[in-house]
Formats: sequence, C-alpha cells, structure tokens
Amino acid sequence: MLKFLLRRLVTMILTALCLTFIVFYLTNLPPNLEKVAKSELGARISDAEVASWLDKYGYSRPLLVRYGEWLGVAPGWTGSDQGVSIGRCVKRGADLESAPKYCGVLQGSWGFSTVFKDNVGAIISTRLTLTGILMFWVMVLMVPTALLIGILAGMREGSKLDRSLSTFSIATSATPEYVSGVILIAVFASSMVGLKWFKGTATSAMDAPNFENFFLPVLTVALYGIGYIARMTRASMTEVMTAQYIRTARLKGVSFRNVVMKHALRNALIAPFTVIMLQFPWLLNGVVITETLFNYKGFGWTLVQAAGNNDIQLLLGCSVVAVIVVLVTQLISDVGYVFLNPRIRIS
Amino acid sequence: MTKWDYDGPILEIDNLSISFFTRLREIPAVMDFSCTVQPGEAMGLVGESGCGKSTVALGVMRDLGKNGRIVGGSIKFKGRDLTTMTEEELREIRGSQIAMIYQEPMASLNPAMKIGQQLMEVPMIHEGVSKAEAYKRALEVVTDVRLPDPERMLKSYPHQLSGGQQQRIVIAMALMTKPALLILDEPTTALDVTVEAAVVDLVKDLGKKYGTSMLFISHNLGLVLETCNRLCVMYSGEAVETGSIKDVFDKMRHPYTQALFRSIPLPGADKNSRPLVAIPGNFPLPHERPPGCNFGPRCDYFEAGRCDAQEITMAPVEGQDRHDTRCLKFTEIDWNAPPEVAAKQEKTAVGEVVLRMEDLRKYYEVSANALFGGGDTKVVKANETLSFEAREGETLAIVGESGCGKSTFAKVLMGLETATAGTIMLYDNEIQSTPIESRNTETVSGVQMVFQNPFDTLNPSMTVGRQIIRALEIFGEGKTDADRRERMLELLDLVKLPRAFADRMPRQLSGGQKQRVGIARAFAGGAKIVVADEPVSALDVSVQAAVTDLLMEIQRKNKTTLLFISHDLSIVRYLSDRVMVMYLGHVVELGTTDQVFAPPYHPYTEALLSAVPIADTRVKKKHIVLEGEIPSAMNPPPGCPFQTRCRWKSKVPGNLCETEVPPVRRLGNGHQVKCHLSDADFASMEPVIEVAAE
Amino acid sequence: MDMLTWTGALSALNPVLMIAAGLLLIAVVLQILTSFFAADPGITANPDGTVAAQGGIYGLAERAVRWLFIALVVICLAYLVAGIVMPMGKAGIVGAISKRLLPVWIALIVLFVLSFNFRRKLGLYGKLFDSTIGMIGFGMVMFWVFTALFSNQIITSGVLDQIAQLKNKAPGSPLPDGTGWYLLGGDHLGRDVFSRMIKGSLIVIEIAPLATLFAFMVGITLGLPAGYYGGRLDAVLSFLANLILAFPVILLFYLLVTPEIVTTGLPQFMAVVLFLFPLIFMIVLLNSRYYVQPTRRNIMIAAVVILGGWLYLSLISTPDTRISFLPKAIDLFNVPANILIVFVSVVFVNSPTVFRIVRGITLDIKTRDYVSAAQTRGERPWYIMLWEILPNARGPLIVDFCLRIGYTTILLGTLGFFGLGLSPESPDWGSTINAGRKLLTIAPHPAIVPALALLSLVLGLNLLADGLREESLKD
Repeated sequence: MLKFLLRRLVTMILTALCLTFIVFYLTNLPPNLEKVAKSELGARISDAEVASWLDKYGYSRPLLVRYGEWLGVAPGWTGSDQGVSIGRCVKRGADLESAPKYCGVLQGSWGFSTVFKDNVGAIISTRLTLTGILMFWVMVLMVPTALLIGILAGMREGSKLDRSLSTFSIATSATPEYVSGVILIAVFASSMVGLKWFKGTATSAMDAPNFENFFLPVLTVALYGIGYIARMTRASMTEVMTAQYIRTARLKGVSFRNVVMKHALRNALIAPFTVIMLQFPWLLNGVVITETLFNYKGFGWTLVQAAGNNDIQLLLGCSVVAVIVVLVTQLISDVGYVFLNPRIRIS
Repeated sequence: MTKWDYDGPILEIDNLSISFFTRLREIPAVMDFSCTVQPGEAMGLVGESGCGKSTVALGVMRDLGKNGRIVGGSIKFKGRDLTTMTEEELREIRGSQIAMIYQEPMASLNPAMKIGQQLMEVPMIHEGVSKAEAYKRALEVVTDVRLPDPERMLKSYPHQLSGGQQQRIVIAMALMTKPALLILDEPTTALDVTVEAAVVDLVKDLGKKYGTSMLFISHNLGLVLETCNRLCVMYSGEAVETGSIKDVFDKMRHPYTQALFRSIPLPGADKNSRPLVAIPGNFPLPHERPPGCNFGPRCDYFEAGRCDAQEITMAPVEGQDRHDTRCLKFTEIDWNAPPEVAAKQEKTAVGEVVLRMEDLRKYYEVSANALFGGGDTKVVKANETLSFEAREGETLAIVGESGCGKSTFAKVLMGLETATAGTIMLYDNEIQSTPIESRNTETVSGVQMVFQNPFDTLNPSMTVGRQIIRALEIFGEGKTDADRRERMLELLDLVKLPRAFADRMPRQLSGGQKQRVGIARAFAGGAKIVVADEPVSALDVSVQAAVTDLLMEIQRKNKTTLLFISHDLSIVRYLSDRVMVMYLGHVVELGTTDQVFAPPYHPYTEALLSAVPIADTRVKKKHIVLEGEIPSAMNPPPGCPFQTRCRWKSKVPGNLCETEVPPVRRLGNGHQVKCHLSDADFASMEPVIEVAAE
Repeated sequence: MDMLTWTGALSALNPVLMIAAGLLLIAVVLQILTSFFAADPGITANPDGTVAAQGGIYGLAERAVRWLFIALVVICLAYLVAGIVMPMGKAGIVGAISKRLLPVWIALIVLFVLSFNFRRKLGLYGKLFDSTIGMIGFGMVMFWVFTALFSNQIITSGVLDQIAQLKNKAPGSPLPDGTGWYLLGGDHLGRDVFSRMIKGSLIVIEIAPLATLFAFMVGITLGLPAGYYGGRLDAVLSFLANLILAFPVILLFYLLVTPEIVTTGLPQFMAVVLFLFPLIFMIVLLNSRYYVQPTRRNIMIAAVVILGGWLYLSLISTPDTRISFLPKAIDLFNVPANILIVFVSVVFVNSPTVFRIVRGITLDIKTRDYVSAAQTRGERPWYIMLWEILPNARGPLIVDFCLRIGYTTILLGTLGFFGLGLSPESPDWGSTINAGRKLLTIAPHPAIVPALALLSLVLGLNLLADGLREESLKD
C-alpha cells in the first residue's frame, strides 16, 4: 500500500512538472513576452528596444533556465538597470548580497500580478477561498442529490421511476453551465418572466452569501454534475442489481429494502466515487464559466482575467493551483477506490 | 418462523409450464413438467443447455425475473402452493425452507461483505437470533463443510478464498437454517475435477446429516449417478423420462435417454472398435419446436404421422417404481438391441516422430504484487523438464487441472511464447526459440490449434467463409481468389457443414457448428500437428461425440498428430493413444492409454481417475478424495509438487517428498512416472475403476 | 404590421395545451408513486404472446400517461401544421417558424418513413427505430443537421444585418419596412436572433462531427497498440493521455486559442501531426489486410496516398503562414487559421479520452480466442488490431461517438462563450450566448434562443447514444 502511494506520488509530481512546464512554455512564447515589454515601455517601441528590455530583465535566457528559476531550483538572475542592481529575487536597488539566491514557487514567491498589482500568492489565496465556499455548497447539493437519483433509478431497471429520473439526468448532463446558467437567470431573475426569485449576479455573495444571491450559481455548477454522477450511479446500480450475489441475497430471504441497502449499495458506490473525484477537472470548468456568468470574483474569474490580460505570473500561479487540485483529487480517487474495494485492498 | 409439520412429499410439481415473454413473442421454456421429491430424496435434473432445467429451479424459487411467468400448473412445497404465495410469504420460505446453490461460487458471494456477515444474516433474518448465536451457528456450519480455520474464514472476504472454498461457503450458507429442500444448479461445473469430487462428497454427506431433500441440476450423468436416488431427464423444455437411477440408467425407456448414453464415452468404448454414436441434428430452438414429440426429428424410431401427430404425455412404465416416459412407442422398441455400429476403423498406423520435446522449461517473471506493481519479481515455473515425443497419426492426450501448465505448453509450441530452456524439434528444425513472427509459413501452417470456447473462437464480425479464406491467404494456399473460395468450400465439406454456411455470420451458428468451422480453419494449411485445447468441453454431450468423431476422421485422413488437451479422462480414454498427466508444470506420468489407466499409477493419476464421475452403474470406483486445494503455480510446494495432497506420502521414508523433486522412473514400454514410491508400493496398487461383469 | 404573438390565431388551443401538460405531469407522478406501493405489477400474457399491463390505479395511471402524451403531441403538431398551412404570421411566431422550417420537416419525414420501412435490413441503425428514446434523439439530431443543410433557405434576414430600431426587441417584432418580422426578436446590435441561431447550427454541424471523427482516428491509432502491446509503450502513451486529461480544459483553451499562439504557427504544426493520423490509419488498414496480395495492395495504397495526401497537403498548407508550400493552383481549400486552431484544440482535448476507451476495449478483446487464433496462424499485429479487434469494438465506440459529438458541441460553445477562436460577430451559439449574457436580466431572448438550440442538439445526441447503447446490448 505504501509503495503504491509512493509510486502514485512520484507520477503525480512528474505530471505536475510536465504540466507546469507546458504552461510556462506557452505563456512565455515570444509574442507574449513582446506584449509584456510593450506594456512596460509603451506600445510604440521598436523591436530592438523590446529585445534589449527582454535581455535586461532576464527573459532572453534559455527556457529551461527560466523555468528552473520560476520553480525555485535555479538561482534567480541578477543584473543592473542604469546602475541600479536588479534581479529576480532582488528588490529594485537593494543589496545584491543580502538578497536570497533562489526565489520561485517552491520558496513561496509566486511573482507579481500586473493586472491586480498584488502578490500572486495573496490573490490566489483570497480567490481560492471564495471558490472554496462555492464548491462546498455545490458538493452539498450535488452529491446527495445525484446519488439518490442514481440509486432510485437503478434499483428497479426499466420502471417508470427509472425512466423519468434517467431522462432527467440525461437532460441535465446535456446542459453545459453556460446554457443552464442563462436559462436559470432568464427564468428566475429576469424581468421578462418576472419571477425575480433570485439575483442574476453573485457579486454580493462574495461578502455575504445568502440563498437569494448564491443559489443560482450553486445550482448552475451542480446541475451538470448531478446528471453525470446520477447516470454513473444508475449504471453501476443496475449492474450490481443483476449480479448473482444479489440473487443469492434475495433467495436467502432478504427483503428488497435490505437487498438494496446492505448488499447493493456499497458495491454500487465504488464506481461513482471515482467518477465524483474525476469530475473535478470538469467542475473547474463549470466554476470558471459560472463565476464569469454570475460575476462572482473567485478563482475561475481570476483565471479568466489573468489569461485575458496576459498576466503571465498570475496565469502560471492559477495553473499550478488548478493542476494540483486535479492531481490531488485523482490521488484521492485512487486511494479511495482501493479503500472501498476490499478485493483490491487485501491482496 | 413457521416450520409447519407435513409428512407428504417435500416438493410436488404438477404440470408446470413456464414462459418468457419478449416484445415479439412468448417463449415457452418449460412445458407440462411434473416431478415429486420425497423427504430425504435427492432428485437429479439432467439435460443439455437450454432444456429448461435451470428454469424449473428458478420457478420453484419463484425468481423468474421480469419477463418470466408461470403460465400453468402448480408447485407444492410441503403441501403449500408456491405459485400463489405473496412476496412476503415467499421471503419467509426462501433461505429458511428452500435454499439454492449456483454454478459460479465467486459470483454468488457479495464481494464487499465479509463471509461471516453473509452467513450470519440468514438465521438473523429467519429466526431472529442474536448476533452471538448467529456467529456460533456460522462457526458450526463452516466446520461442517470441512473448511480449515473457520474463525479466520468468517473474517475473510470472498476473493481471499479459492474456488473450492468459496463453493463450500455457499453450501454452508444454504445449510445455515437446515432447509427442507436444497436446490443445486450445476454446483461443481466451474471447479476442477479433484475439487469437484470433494465438494460432491461433502454435499452427499451433509444431505444425509441434515436430512435435506435435494434437487440436483446437472448436465453430467455421471455426477447425477453419484449423488441422486432418482432423476428426471429433460429435453427441450419437457421431462422425457423420470424414474429411479437404476431404472433409467439400466432400463431406459426413452430414445433420447438412450441416445444420450450412447454418445458419451463410457469405459469400454473405443474409437476404433466401439465408436460413439452421435445424435444427429441440432437441439431445436424454443420457437422452432416440432409438432408432437420434440425429439422426433432426431429420433431413430421416429414414425411420421404418429409421433408428430399429437401432444405426447408421460406414461408410466409398468412394473417399476414411478418410472415414466414421454414416448408413444416405448413398448414397441427393442431396448436391448445393440446400437448399429458404423464400420469399424482400422487402427491408424503410427509413423515416424514429428515432434520431440526435450527438457523443455518455461518460466515467467511476474511482479509479486500485481496491482501495486514494482518490487520483487517472482519466477513462476509454468513448465518444468517437459520431455516427450509425438509420432505421425498419433493422438497424445495431455491431462491436468487448472494451473498444470498445459496452456503454457501449447503457447510455447505455437510460438506465442519462447521457451526458457530445452528444445522443441519439429521434424528436423529446432523451434523452441523462434517466435511465431520469425517462423516460415510452412511451420506456422503445419502446427495449428483448435480452441476451447466455441463462442469465442470465431471473429463475430466476419463471415465464416471470409475467416477460412483469410487463413488460406495467410498460409499461401491457392493462387487466385476463386481458387481459395473453392478450397474454402471443400474445407466446409470436410467438416460436414453445408456450403451455404460460407456467407453466414458466426452468431447464426450453434456451438458445435462454430467448433467445426474452427477445425476447418485449423486444417486450412494442411496442418501436421494440431493442438486441440479442450475442443469439446464447452459443448453439449450430444454434440461432443459428433465433433470428436470429426476430429478423429480428419486425423485419419491427413495422418495428423493430435495433441489433445483435456481434463475429461473419459474422453481421453476413448480417443487417445498415449496420455501425459501433468500437475503444476511437471509431467507426473506418461504412457500408453492402457498403461496410464491401469495400475501402477502415479498417486495423482489415481486420484484423478477416482474423481471423474462415470455414468455407468456397472462401474465400481475406489473412493479417493484429495484433501485441500491445488497449490498456486506462483507458490509451489518444495520437493514433489503433489506432496501436499498425496495419500501415499507416508510410504516414502524420511522427508524425501518434501525436499526433493522425484526422478523420472521408467516402468518399461515407455511408461514413466515421477514419484519416490518404491517398486513394491507400485506393485501393491489396485485398479481404481472396475467394471462389473455383465 | 403588428407584433406577432406566440401562437396567433391558434391561441384558443393554449389552455388545452396547458391542461393536458398539467394532467400529464400529475399522471406521471401518480404512476411513480403507485409503482412503489402496487405490490406486484402483474403482467398478463395475451394469447398472441405479447404482454399487457393490468388494471388498478397503476394501470389507470399508465393508460392516462399514454393518452395524455399522445394528446400533447397532437396539439403540438397542430401548431406546427397550422403554421405551414396558414399564411405567414397568422399562426403566430410558432407557426411562422414552422413555415420557415418546411424543408426540414419534409426531409425528416422522408428520412423517417424510409428508415422505418427498411429498418430490418439496416443493422444497428435500423434497430434504433425499435427504441422510442433513440428515435426521439435521432429526430432531434437530424432536425439540426437538416436545419444546417437548408439554413440558407430558412433564414429571414442576413446574419450581420443590423436594424437599429430592433435592438433588444422582443420576439415577433415586425420589421420597420413591413416586409416581415424578427421572429425571435433582435439582439443588442439589432440583428435577427432567429436567423443567427439557424446559421449557428451550420458552424456546429460542420465542425463537431468532423473534429470528433479526427479525435477518434487519433485515439484509435494510439489506443489499439497501447492496449495490444501493453508494457512500456502503454505506460508512455497512458502517461501522456493522463497528462492532457489532468489539464483543465479552459486553461488549455486559453493557452492554445490565442492570437499570439496563432502567430507562432504552433496550431499549424499540431495540425500537421494530427491530420496525418487518418492517412496513416488508412494505409496501415489496407496494408495489413492485403499484404499477402502485393499487387492489389500496391494499387490500393497508391490511390490512398495520392488522394489522401493531396487532401492532407491542401489542408495543412495555407498561403501566407509558416506552412505554405503547395502552389495556389492545386491547393484545394484553405481553412482559416482561427477555425483551424479551434478544430485542433478540440481534437486535442477529445483524443485522450477516446484513447482510454479504445485501450480498455482492446485489453478486453485481446484475450479472446479468435485473437489467439489469428496469432497462431501468424497474422501481423496491425492486422489483428485493425481487422480482428476494432470491428468487434464498434458497438461501444459508436455509442461514444454520439456522446462525444455532444461533448464537442459543448466545448465549441465554451470557446465561443469565452470569445476564443471564432470572431465575435460569428453567429455560432457560444459567441451569441456570450454576447447576450450581459443583458440577460432585461432582454434574455438573444441568449436563451441559442442556449436552447444547443441544449436540444446535445440532448438529442445523448438520447441517440442511449438508444443505441440499449439496442446494441440487446443481441
């Protein structure tokens, strides 16, 4: 078991390195850097000026070196600008000697956001908290609903209940967030329909989330997941219900209720558990869309801002967080699968 | 819980009819089925797949699924009609009064629940006993089914047990509340022969101990003979003959029963002098049943205008104990007339050596922990010092249970794997280290294989003809497409399939027909050596004989060397010239069929012979039950591979068996045995199978 | 001209529709509730062998549901048919739209009548017509396919025509010159929402199936050997697939689909690689089967190489970009760079999942005896993969193909929603939703119409996949 965890961890770190490198490469392409230079010095500078600026600020060195610096495993660059010492880890004009040698993600220095004029680490931590609140409520709504629908539908395959619930879950899993969000706002928040039960934006929810301003975004994110997880649960449940050991239990005289509760449920939940965990990358999508749609300034919204404004450091920071979230959930899903499934656990 | 008193028959089924309903039509699965099980009696239900025997069992349990319905008749259990009971009443009876055991032990245990919980649940539901009491009972029953270390067993999950142990647990679960009726649906089909013998033995003993009546469903007549007092033969949804074992086996009064017995290899049958008689034709599909007698179209005694004119009912056979038959002509037929024997075949002359293996070894390296990977690797010795030779036109049977290395051996011979050490000589070529990609076409087409599972042997999305033509293309047969098509049609003739089958898809063929196509494909390139990996074990009894005969016939025609891999000793005895017995990668015995089937035996061969059920009342077998399970090839015992289960081990002085792999002992005339026993011990062995004089 | 109402002269039918819908809802709920309590929903067999449900409240509810559903469908059909028969505008917005969609209705009816009559001869496609769900899904999908096909006949105004008076006007608003209506209102620039929605379907129907097809080519070509050979190859390919799967899709889009990336030529290089897969696939497919007959093989492969190669080169070579070597005269077509990048990134996102599915199926099928049989007769690996394994994997792959087109449609919408790739004035559904979302609380129709269109297409694809899955499991 320990060995397995270790192997997973190594693969995970390798994946994280590869992914961050790809992001680093894509955000540090020459046209992007050129844009950075122009935003610093003005849009009308010549190509030669751009090149010299990039050279001075350490952008012209090999990609791998810069990646190492950003990661914090290679010493930061130093140089001087008009006699003032500058460097990756040096405050403008500060003493070169006293400055730390390494400063990268590993040292906790995530860079400076050009859009928000703040430390990337600080921005991400506040934004991530906001998204965390959103995700918490999404989970509270999504997981029990989805499992309940899936189990009720899969319990008696082909019944009317099954068909109704299955149609519902197919419909919601065919509705991306930008569609369900638009429909929900139009129905519940627009003056056209006039119900006006909820608010069409969630900006106020950042400070004081309540049912009125927060329910629509939560529902929007949850809806797609509900359909998807419910379908998985149903498939898994119907498969379990036709298994031979369920027949054994039935013919032992176990009542239908107990067949479902004691014999089927645990086996049927193994598959959906993995699905819920692997849903995270997709939920991240939903979060980005929903936060943009409802103007809820969380992590997803920040990511869009960073990408849209060529804020390289912030975008890198966001990617690191996103990648880590995805990988950690994958790890949990693997471990959880092993834990839930005695067939694998004890071997 | 009500266990009402009742002293009539335990189970009375009267004119039961069960149908399944699909969108298109009603499919009758069981028609007009009657039988009675008295207290303490064991009733066998025998028939080929699709005859409705499992449906009867599920009908008794009233568990026919959404589409199945009882459309007529009654099932009385201890005098109460099950067909009219409510769901609530049924639940009380299921598990407490009637219990059921199925074919796949692994599938019938809940993988996520501990064994103990699954056992304790039964008395807790039905008798409302406390947890502690239930645990005590579970412990008792697990001890009763002769499982080692019962307390540990109760704490384990099903996957931690071997197949045989799992089946014992399922039996224990069924016996938890001492039911009045036990239904066993092919309980040993998924197990190895020696394990099967032990489980059957257990069931018989426990049946007596608990006084349980049994309904034993099987396709194996031999097994029914060993376990039951009475039996009922089913064909295409109907009972065709029912009576006591003795009457039905020795004085059968239905042509199907007779044909069935003539098509299975019993001691005395011989491929040359007394060949099997296959039942012509095919089993009718439920919606294609003929009018009148269902067996009519395949029956030797069929009389048009009579047998197909009316529904035929069961009629009692005078003067015997509750012996009924569904045949109009049973009083007219001369039941003692010997079967018409097809022309006797000359024994084919055995030619020169075509294949020689010397000291062949095949080791695999596997990681010790498959899931978590990495770490130590273990060496699995799939084949150890395999030496033999096979001659032209000869049939060499390779016998053994799971894990004995027979499939690995086939893979190495075919070139799908290369040998670790030793030599394989095909004529004059060494091929042990040439993988199939580097073999020339002649070698590849010269060594071909017939596979076990007919439903898997043909590509489902290619026509039959196309698959044979592809083999011809690969083997470089025929110059043009037209040539190859012609040759393909000839091959269909060879395996006695209509030429129209060339354009059919595999799913339109029956199992036996698919197997014939597989044979045609193997012989497409004029194979010199054919490895037949249990070619008939997945087929129904009546089809087995025909496919076996076909193989023999082609062999005679082409002088092919046949390596016949099987675990079924009856069929091996019937068709092979020489036999090689394998256990855990070792050849433990090798000799001619007569040598292997007569003493002196290797102790394993002896046990194997005793374990195989034989459907003949005249046969007396010595009763040898092997304890324990077959060790895993991953973790073989030290010394002699068989020492953990050997009943002769005490005869060998010291701990020789546990420390040293026995040498190969030559007993003369090519008979060799791998055993430490002394010559005197060998001489003292008695024959396992004796046929009483007629 | 007057403002159109939704149903015009047929508004008398509206209460009936409402009542029928309400009753249907009640009946369905009642049926579900009774199914819990009705002890054994006894099924009785008719003499003809079919099964009929029995009486009781449950049976009553079941019958009610059936008849109410039929009634509902009839009323809806009445709206549509009346719209076609009555003059334009008399039957309200619904009627007018129905009239505009006439070619689609005709095509759908022809397709269904033909398919239904020959369904026993059409294999899996034919069996689809045994499943209600599948038929509904197929109908919805084909509706959009035909709409895209006939989009030029259907639209009522130009996609980019702006009429300032009709900015954010409600559905059914008449044109100022009195020649017609904006059937589904005007958007924030005064463009016709209906026509843009219709034209938007064309973009989806053009890109989504083709992109999915390419993703399948890539996934199959890599998944088969990974599953078949296993070992190190599998480990490397699986790692790469997981790498892409661990990437949040939106981030990937933001990184890939930007003007900066387009100028580096990266998407084109990726296109060079991705579009090569179908070509390799075809060549390997033919070679593995016909290498025993060299002359036939040579002819076939030469044909594929010449035709496929030409298409391939035309596809990747675009004048005035980094990859431009084909003379204009023989360059068949040029794909605009922004479409190409959208296409490539969608293929890129989809193929790892396909890879995983194919790999899984291959692992399963390769243990079958017919694969061993092929091995023992000395077949080469690619023959076994492409001719023995792949055809037997087609069932799950076809089902997944339908699902995946839906997923691709969602992805395209996502791209549009973030204003990535396609130009902002493009009528595709994602961009339209993006443009309309800012005024959602005041004038929701410009966003709602494409949202519902997208929803119905994806839903149709999912239902179709469900029907196919059910039917393919039956045999």
